[in-house]
Amino acid sequence: MDFLRPASWEEALAAKAEFPTAVPIAGGTDVMVEINFDHRRPEYLLDLNRIALLREWEVAEDVVRLGASVTYTQIMENLRTELPGLALASHTVASPQIRNRGGVGGNLGCASPAGDSHPALLAAGAEVEVESVRGSRLIPIDEFYTGVKRNALAADELIKTVRIKKADGPQQYSKVGSRNAMVIAVCAFGLALHPETRSVRTGIGSAAPTPIRAKTAEEFLNAALDEGGFWESGKVITPSIAKQFGDLASGAANPIDDVRGTAKYRRHAVGIMARRQLVWTWEQYRGSGNGRSLEGAA
Amino acid sequence: MAQHTRTVPAGTPTNVTQKHNRGGIGESTLRPDGILKVTGEFAYSSDMWHEDMLWGQTLRSTVAHAEIASIDISEALAMPGVYSVLTYDDLPAEMKNYGLEIRDTPVLANGRVRHHGEPVALVAADHPETARRAAAKIRIDYRELPVVTDEASALAEGAPLIHEGRDDHHAGHVPHPNIVHRQPIVRGNVEEARTRADVIVEGEYTFGMQDQAFLGPESGLAVPAEDGGVDLYVATQWLHSDLRQIAPVLGLPEEKVRMTLSGVGGAFGGREDISMQIHACLLALATNKPVKIVYNRFESFFGHVHRHPAKLHYEHGATKDGKLTHMKCRIVLDGGAYASASPAVVGNASSLSVGPYVLDDVDIEAIALYTNNPPCGAMRGFGAVQACFAYEAQMDKLAAKLGMDPVEFRRLNAMEMGTIMPTGQVVDSPAPVAELLRRVKARPLPPERQWETAGEGADVRALPGGLSNTTHGEGVVRGVGYAVGIKNVGFSEGFDDYSTARVRLEVINGEPVAMVHTAMAEVGQGGVTVHAQIARTELGVTQVTIHPADTRVGSAGSTSASRQTYMTGGAVKNTCEAVREAVLEIGRRKNGSYHPAWATAALLLEGGKVVTDGGEVLADIAEVLEGEDAIDLELEFRHRPTVPFDLKTGQGNGHVQYSFAAHRAVVEVDTELGLVKVVELATAQDVGKALNMLSVVGQIQGGTIQGLGVAIMEEIIVDPKTAKVRNPSFTDYLIPTILDTPTIPVDVLELADPNAPYGLRGMGEAPTLSSTPAVLAAIRQATGLELNKTPIRPEALTGTL
Amino acid sequence: MRVNFTVNGRQQEADDVWEGESLLYVLRERLGLPGSKNACEQGECGSCTVRLDGVPVCSCLVAAGQVEGRDVVTVEGLAEFAKQREQHGHGGACGTGGACGGKGGVTLDEARQWSAKGADSRTGEGVELSAIQQAFIDAGAVQCGFCTPGLLVQADALLEANASPSDEDIREALSGNLCRCTGYEKILDAVRLAAARQGEAV
Repeated sequence: MDFLRPASWEEALAAKAEFPTAVPIAGGTDVMVEINFDHRRPEYLLDLNRIALLREWEVAEDVVRLGASVTYTQIMENLRTELPGLALASHTVASPQIRNRGGVGGNLGCASPAGDSHPALLAAGAEVEVESVRGSRLIPIDEFYTGVKRNALAADELIKTVRIKKADGPQQYSKVGSRNAMVIAVCAFGLALHPETRSVRTGIGSAAPTPIRAKTAEEFLNAALDEGGFWESGKVITPSIAKQFGDLASGAANPIDDVRGTAKYRRHAVGIMARRQLVWTWEQYRGSGNGRSLEGAA
Repeated sequence: MAQHTRTVPAGTPTNVTQKHNRGGIGESTLRPDGILKVTGEFAYSSDMWHEDMLWGQTLRSTVAHAEIASIDISEALAMPGVYSVLTYDDLPAEMKNYGLEIRDTPVLANGRVRHHGEPVALVAADHPETARRAAAKIRIDYRELPVVTDEASALAEGAPLIHEGRDDHHAGHVPHPNIVHRQPIVRGNVEEARTRADVIVEGEYTFGMQDQAFLGPESGLAVPAEDGGVDLYVATQWLHSDLRQIAPVLGLPEEKVRMTLSGVGGAFGGREDISMQIHACLLALATNKPVKIVYNRFESFFGHVHRHPAKLHYEHGATKDGKLTHMKCRIVLDGGAYASASPAVVGNASSLSVGPYVLDDVDIEAIALYTNNPPCGAMRGFGAVQACFAYEAQMDKLAAKLGMDPVEFRRLNAMEMGTIMPTGQVVDSPAPVAELLRRVKARPLPPERQWETAGEGADVRALPGGLSNTTHGEGVVRGVGYAVGIKNVGFSEGFDDYSTARVRLEVINGEPVAMVHTAMAEVGQGGVTVHAQIARTELGVTQVTIHPADTRVGSAGSTSASRQTYMTGGAVKNTCEAVREAVLEIGRRKNGSYHPAWATAALLLEGGKVVTDGGEVLADIAEVLEGEDAIDLELEFRHRPTVPFDLKTGQGNGHVQYSFAAHRAVVEVDTELGLVKVVELATAQDVGKALNMLSVVGQIQGGTIQGLGVAIMEEIIVDPKTAKVRNPSFTDYLIPTILDTPTIPVDVLELADPNAPYGLRGMGEAPTLSSTPAVLAAIRQATGLELNKTPIRPEALTGTL
Repeated sequence: MRVNFTVNGRQQEADDVWEGESLLYVLRERLGLPGSKNACEQGECGSCTVRLDGVPVCSCLVAAGQVEGRDVVTVEGLAEFAKQREQHGHGGACGTGGACGGKGGVTLDEARQWSAKGADSRTGEGVELSAIQQAFIDAGAVQCGFCTPGLLVQADALLEANASPSDEDIREALSGNLCRCTGYEKILDAVRLAAARQGEAV
């Protein structure tokens, strides 16, 4: 095993071009588990800790350019207003120690369906900025996940930033696990209201081979909100709309039975989370959310 | 062979001295090893280090049941940095097996593996990664065999026999060779008693496989010695039991295997069996180098036995005024591939299956199976845990059927001193079962909706789901449940259960100092604290030195079965009394002619002085011992004898002492998502006499949470088709975090047992029994579901299994 | 490979490090600092928690090569670290309200009744402990002690950032540190006690 320690982004890209099998390591919270447990023996480890630009973020007018190694703790502490869904998702990641190391770049690089940030990114709307010595490109988040633990990165590419749309409305995020902290998602759900475009977006985690959006549920809700004049009136969402939204979200899931939960439970739980989040976000949108701030109470 | 004197390895335990002006029994004296533990200086077995040491690695079977057609170690052996590769063929002695009671466990697989993760080969190399890579290069050709995974497959016609040609002492009386042990207990007349019942309830209960999940992984260091023997530094629960199993397979006399207890990172039963001890010694002797083995968490799940999963069928009857009429039960424990402690677990499960209730007409049967599942053995609560989960569910069902309050129903039937157990044994010391229940019930309930914060919405940390933000109060329903349990203390059924203590009293710098030397495994329970307290009380000293535990002193027995304060505490007391007598004897010899009280008064040692029971000071201990050799005595201590249970009727005075605890659980359940938050687990327990209240409360709270864990999250999941473990990691075997645990108010009773040292009652296990059924009862109340299986998974609460 | 970094204020050099080694392994097996514990090696238990450039992290998940030139504090250096912090004026005041204790458990009054450095918790002379270390001993938060080093580093960092945490704050901050012995009640007591004593001291 070789340990590559590029001092700059350019050096990192050069190293990745020279050694395409090199495994990038930043927070180490996935890679080191695999090494400690003998699940993986990469030829090269490519340490990204020395690259300052990966730890920076920039709040632009419409998007947040989030460096791949910005930690979950930093997201929770600094970006709750701009990225409320991702901040909530970050808060559910493992433990404080892990949140101090891990970042969204690692989640995207591993592309595990159980990665906590995926549903929030899908719901908010995001593009992944990847780069290689050949140049850089933006991959829309909807096209990023290509299979179980597979993503759209080429072998010589590294994730540089994630460009996430700044929240223009309430966002929520929940995940289910059979413990009240430090748990890998049995399934997760994220919802973002986009009042500017009068649309909603969703994300489902751990309930399909890849993170997915519940598109039918989104379409249904977009139409229902539109037809009922909800965006203008700000009236209470009817229970039947909430229920149908939950049912459709549930139907979008395509989960498996595994040691963490049954497929049936995952489908069920996605529906409950979707329904509850619709109520929470809508109450926030209506401005009567019993004092709860945009980023929720977590 | 070139020999050289080796230096003492880093991490070798040393004497720990504690000076304390009070610090006798009954005080909440702090741990003598506390400073070492908070500064990172306390050396655990995985911290041991020796210059030029090698790292040992175990290669374990990837399948549960197979014949091994061939093993090829050539590639592994050829790797640079590899010093030794060992398989069954390299075992040096006639004896190739070990085992606690039945020597049925191969040190390395002999042509056949019987469970997933069974050790097949060993590697020693200069770096753990080298050892891992070499182990991966060992080629094993497995010919898979059909797996036995439950009672049906174990007893089916033509079922593969897990152990052929059994000749152990249970083989003669079991109905099938795939049954390790069977214990029936019959008393009274169930058929007749049933006719008196106005209501009858039946239930089938399933208890999952729990892991001890101690945090310090199995580990240790074996150092070859010049005399051809070996020095072994290891974390265990019982040094002498290990020694008895290790020496024969090494082909060494016991005196050439010198064991020292290293720091132990928790045990809970999981270190009662051998793990890496023999393997490290084999590699050290083969390479003539010190060898360290440290399991990682994955291997730890295969490195020790687990709590027996069980299926329990119960029938109870009661009259309409709430008196139990009869009980019939059948308990099937899955012992897995090797016997471990299964026979004793059967004894406990059967003899305690009745719970802490008066029941004169019973028909009980408990068996443990041999299967291809992971071996199961000792874990805190040992057979009594599984039974308590089931009989307490039955009590709630009966109360509901009778329209009675569940606590009142239990109190009506609670045993007390004088009650006759199903084994015919009379409970001859306090059994305040009704009082414990009364106390937990009388406690005010915690306020509702504690998650609500002023103006901030819900604090999700106080809600089911916690930080995962799954509910802000939606779907959340509160439930309250009660349970009580009974556990035996000490080793039962005629076992010669004893402990040994060596106590040395000498004057150092003008001050009397006691040294206590035992082989007791301090696994965190605070035995060393209590030993120092006992020495202070009995010898009137302030300064006590705790000698490291090793095999240079006699056996202390196991740190299990709630027995160590009773047994080794009793041994320390016993030896201290003899040392005191020796001091007084010297005093009488030297000073008796100067003061008549030396001959006539009852004398004590207090505050460094010899005093009469009237408080008159006769001499300083230091003066008495001036010019004398140190007093140094080693004595054994036994509890009162027990007898085996009759193999047909189960009758016999098989137990030493009983221990009781009750719990009230308050839970909040997100009924839509099936997630649970335990809000409070109040408990009351009789401990006879609290030698150290701080430690007692710590034990009760810790035991309570292990019971909570198995109620709602903990289970080793074994694939029923392959008998392979599916979740051997802390990612998928979940134990409670601090956000899963409630407040745990503790109410301690001290009703002395006249048969026990200081009147104390072994207390470490009882809290693990009743917390599980209390949590289950609370969840049942919140959800209205029957819930006959533990752990409760979200699927069971949402109909999505 | 060779790795140079600072541990507990001292420059350290580790040689012949295998590239897959963790910081935890280097500390324990190469630098003679086994205080950080190896309970799970997968970031699930927190017993290997150290401060890396001041930030609490699981040292089992930091590749050795990643600490080149960086600064690590382990439990062995915690007392000195806390002392330095005190002398340089950080750390935590409880504010003027005085409500430092959490609800239930160890109240401020109870904390006052404990001797500040209980003589009975000493085994040797001249060992200086940080407030959190002393509180863990005094509150009975240590049983087997295997989780203790990681908990101490994490709890000390909590009190550095939040001098008077609520019970839920304590639970959240320590939710990545598993303990199998205590049921966590006495750990909560210890953190409340340390917070109360720090409040007293100001």
